Amino acid sequence: MAAPLVIDVSGLNKHFGHRHVVKNLALQVREGEIFGFLGPNGSGKTTSIRMLCGLLTPDSGQGACLGLDVLKDSARIKSQVGYMTQRFSLWDDLSIEENLDFIARMFSVAHRRQAVARTLEELGLAARRRQLAGTLSGGWKQRLALASCLLHRPKLLLLDEPTAGVDPQARRDFWEEIHRLSAAGITVLVSTHYMDEAERCHRLAWLSAGQLLACGTAEEIIDGLCLNTWEISARQDDGIARHALPDFADKLRQLPSVDMVASFGATLHVSGRNAEVLKTGLEAVLAGSALQMRPVPPSLEDAFIRLMQGSPLHAPQGGGD
Amino acid sequence: MGRFFTFSVSRWLGILIKEFLQLKRDRLTFAMIVGIPVVQLLLFGFAINTDPRHMPTAVVMADPGPFARAYLAAMQNSSYFDLVGSVDAREADALLDEGRVRFVITFPAGFHRDLARGKSPPLLVEADATDPMAMSGALSVLAHLGTSVFAPDLPGLARARPPPIDLRVHRRYNPEGLTTYNIVPGIMGVILTMTLVLMTGLAMTRERERGTFECLLATPATPLEVLIGKIIPYIIIGLLQVTLILAASRWIFGIPVRGSLPLLYVMVLLFICANLMLGITISSLARNQLQSMQMTIFFFLPSILLSGFMFPFQAMPGWAQAIGNALPLTHFLLIVRGILLKGSGLGLLWPHIWPLLLFTAVALAAGLKTYRQTLD
Ligand SMILES: Nc1ncnc2c1ncn2[C@@H]1O[C@H](COP(=O)(O)OP(=O)(O)OP(=O)(O)O)[C@@H](O)[C@H]1O
Ligand SMILES: [Mg+2]
Repeated sequence: MAAPLVIDVSGLNKHFGHRHVVKNLALQVREGEIFGFLGPNGSGKTTSIRMLCGLLTPDSGQGACLGLDVLKDSARIKSQVGYMTQRFSLWDDLSIEENLDFIARMFSVAHRRQAVARTLEELGLAARRRQLAGTLSGGWKQRLALASCLLHRPKLLLLDEPTAGVDPQARRDFWEEIHRLSAAGITVLVSTHYMDEAERCHRLAWLSAGQLLACGTAEEIIDGLCLNTWEISARQDDGIARHALPDFADKLRQLPSVDMVASFGATLHVSGRNAEVLKTGLEAVLAGSALQMRPVPPSLEDAFIRLMQGSPLHAPQGGGD
Repeated sequence: MGRFFTFSVSRWLGILIKEFLQLKRDRLTFAMIVGIPVVQLLLFGFAINTDPRHMPTAVVMADPGPFARAYLAAMQNSSYFDLVGSVDAREADALLDEGRVRFVITFPAGFHRDLARGKSPPLLVEADATDPMAMSGALSVLAHLGTSVFAPDLPGLARARPPPIDLRVHRRYNPEGLTTYNIVPGIMGVILTMTLVLMTGLAMTRERERGTFECLLATPATPLEVLIGKIIPYIIIGLLQVTLILAASRWIFGIPVRGSLPLLYVMVLLFICANLMLGITISSLARNQLQSMQMTIFFFLPSILLSGFMFPFQAMPGWAQAIGNALPLTHFLLIVRGILLKGSGLGLLWPHIWPLLLFTAVALAAGLKTYRQTLD
């Protein structure tokens, strides 16, 4: 992995009034990488992405994006970045074609007409080119927005929840496209709330209340949390036991050794950091019930739910700096 | 910031095309742009052009004689004046002040004698000139009455060199006596101020409110490209409005343009720029469309009240004149009156041109300074 760093920032801070929204963010993303940006609502993902492409000025911090200074060179960064906003931000009262044409003009795309026509073909919107963008369905708006930020062949894509509200087929197509672009050397930073999408990223970052709590590949993040996970399920088609599972989950949450209980269909995932104590504790509770337990490798979702609940190791710090 | 002044014509063209497309789709705005000037001009023009009659008139009679009585009878017959009675000078003043009468006619002592000797005695007419349009018809009748009433009694008068009476008109409350013609420069200036400041004021806040500003900011378009791209359509709109107003006033009200039409358009262009720059500044300062409207009104009201459009400029107190002098509309009104009514040229108008230039420059600087290149 000697690919050059496309994003290399450190110590980024952002305040809105008295609220410290992004705290000492440090990020390194390599060329051609698909980097997933995760975190609960309001954790500062959008704010961070905006700072990377110069739409917000960081209060402090330094770094480079595509080798250009994020603080001083935002104009030159913009022309090489494709930024897809979380909220649809193309013009509702322009047609699909007019929107694409406008964006193409703004980025001085070579052979503009052909580029727009090709994009319309690829989107499958050629027949509806004169439809106003505002009248598209939510999913189609997302697809149009993505297409528009690819028009100028950017070197870096910053995608803010690009697949929110997009149907599964289109989502699959979208990720195929992302991987194709990544193979062609384009770097992608994508924020998402979907675990299956997180698993498709090369590396991930977990942001919570403006702090980067975890960063690395999916395995690194899971390993770093030292989770021991047990799957608890009813013994063979025991309907009664299955109905008892939710109550049982509440009982498990009382155990001091249990950090997290999550329902997965007809099973429960129970995680804790101390393997021995967790095992004996679970066995004691399960004894005599119609339930069985078996160890499973913790999934990314287990890890993130764990992160979201806030571990004592990373107790959320009060505001301020 | 070198980037501030980089300018790409193709990007600017892109913004221009986008603005035109959006304007074309916004039917209501478009209707407003064309409709407002015409409707306003018709409303004001016709409302003020009416030729009111039966205006209450008081008489101060210092010399009751047959000539005076004949004159009064003729006034009554003209249907312009309703005589409310004879009063003394002080009462007459009070009546005029209270607005109970519109005219006070004073026949001085010796009126009859002087008239009989052909010495052209003065006839003092005090007129409430707050509505100058209303009194113009009545005053012209008065002047005409002089000859027609006394001609039968004083043979040879019709050819007499000095007119039989010396009609002295005091325009009270509005010494400048703004005339019907003034309504065209006024409407022109007010409509340009209103529509242009309002629409450019909304131009940027609308993008911000709809969230499209984020998309625009993420492109390499520079502030100068965006500002000029957004302004051009409104310059064209402004010129269109002026043309509409000039055409309407020419063909409907028969008001001619005495001065140079090209000069008028250059001045209009300058005034449009001054207003657009201000609109752009407002639009960068305002957080949302409502704020932008409020700021526009905050600017619009003094423009109407203190520019000489509503009240005679010279009659305003010093502080009001000072504020008025800082407003582009004040100077524009004087410039347009000069060109339209007096045929003034560049040299005469210069004292009112440089304030407009200064205003435009200051507003442009403020607009570029306040243009936010980020979302914070
Ligand atoms: N312009 C702003 N002014 C004030 N506060 C803001 C502004 N933008 C964001 N915030 C605050 O900053 C915090 C982080 O917001 P941000 O949009 O970055 O979160 P996010 O991680 O993108 O959330 P989501 O998953 O819901 O999109 C939030 O608490 C939000 O209220
Ligand atoms: Mg967000």
